[in-house]
Amino acid sequence: MSVDKQPFKPLIAAFCCNWCSYAGADLAGTSRLAYPAEVKIIRVPCSCRVNPLFVLRAFQRGADGVIIAGCHPGDCHYTTGNYYARRRMTLLFSMLDYLGIEKERTKLDWISAAEGVKFATVMNDFSKEIHALGRNTRFGDLRCTTAVAQ
Amino acid sequence: MHNSSCTVKETARKILESGQAERLLGWEQDSSGYNHAPAVFKSAGELDRFIYDRFCGSNLSKLLARLREAEGRTAVLLKACDRESFNLLVREHRIDPEQVHRVDIECSGMVDIEKLRNKGIKGIREITESGDELHISTLYGEKRCRSEEVLLEKCLSCPAVSSADAFDAVGQMEERSSLERYEFWKEALSTCIRCNACRNSCPVCTCEQCIFDNPRSGTAGKASADFFEDQHFHLVRVFHAAGRCTDCGECTRVCPQGIPLYLLNRKVIKDINELYGELSLEDKELGKGALTSFSFQDAHPDIIRKRTGDQ
Ligand code: SF4
Ligand code: SF4
Repeated sequence: MSVDKQPFKPLIAAFCCNWCSYAGADLAGTSRLAYPAEVKIIRVPCSCRVNPLFVLRAFQRGADGVIIAGCHPGDCHYTTGNYYARRRMTLLFSMLDYLGIEKERTKLDWISAAEGVKFATVMNDFSKEIHALGRNTRFGDLRCTTAVAQ
Repeated sequence: MHNSSCTVKETARKILESGQAERLLGWEQDSSGYNHAPAVFKSAGELDRFIYDRFCGSNLSKLLARLREAEGRTAVLLKACDRESFNLLVREHRIDPEQVHRVDIECSGMVDIEKLRNKGIKGIREITESGDELHISTLYGEKRCRSEEVLLEKCLSCPAVSSADAFDAVGQMEERSSLERYEFWKEALSTCIRCNACRNSCPVCTCEQCIFDNPRSGTAGKASADFFEDQHFHLVRVFHAAGRCTDCGECTRVCPQGIPLYLLNRKVIKDINELYGELSLEDKELGKGALTSFSFQDAHPDIIRKRTGDQ
């Protein structure tokens, strides 16, 4: 059976900072709020730890969308990490858009440890967008993704 | 042009004769006549090989970083666009300004040999100019063309030479649809042969260890399955220079495949200018670059998603 005939199940990489968003995900879990299983959480010490290369690598390995979640501005555990992340990701997302990669495939949001509901909402919304966009065909490495797709 | 070439050579001679510097970085006459390479001159006698004409596009400032360990002072000739790179290298402590004798020279734009060739002008022997016209004496007779038609891309937006806006082409690219941009870059970037010339010539690429030298970088596969490696390589390259690129144009000039790398670099500069205020390289201190600083009012990345235009 050809790969395309299978229903599209996206893969979403969510980089969550250890201090806020990862705890937010925990809270969503303990509050029994549902968010899509296709969201794969990767815990990072700070949103600022997300090297632009991580985002590229996630796409290479078959991600259809990448989201970065960190503490709200002003609440960073390391005081200013998320401000740097904000600039860096703005420029990166803009460059990806410029290269013709759909701008809806990347997102950054602030989710605190107390915002389990927000975590679930953000992930649900993002996943809906990715479902609407379909498979990522413009920015992935076939050699890394065929195994996943089959 | 002859005049300016002679005065530059005279200046070089004086510096070497007076011992103001141990060596001088300049350009050496190339046998082809249009590809003058950077060279080190250690004495006035060696200056016979020296040349400064319309084919001295290469930026000498990066070589200073390589000569850092050399004894004594090094004199360097800097065109207007090279000065920005020089300043950046000083700011990033790649060059010790005490060890350098800096000579600012005039430039009225450098010629892009590819553009001349595309016009069918070959076998070049000499170029002279009058007004904004170039008179090219070739093996096949005299040719003429307007200088702005054959200048290097970077010169076309240099205030000393032209009044064109450097960001026009980027603006036009932004107007296209996302799919059109994708198709454009797919065609342009897939011709990249990963020679690394753009990296090697870039004055802001001075790391001793580079991701592109790592065989596992994921950009050096010979038979790549699709377009990813090209995208990956160029995203990494442009991002590494983001906020530091001085738009010196070396990468575009040296690319053997004619890839318009300036469209990527200038996109970042344009974004920074628009979002974080004019990127003035002149007075930025170290640690105050666009990506090494922030402000509380910075825009949220969602503004990229809110941009108009389809996918
Ligand atoms: S990226 Fe290109 S234009 Fe920018 S500093 Fe490096 S060589 Fe010059
Ligand atoms: S100089 Fe051109 S061909 Fe060589 S690696 Fe850079 S972009 Fe690719």
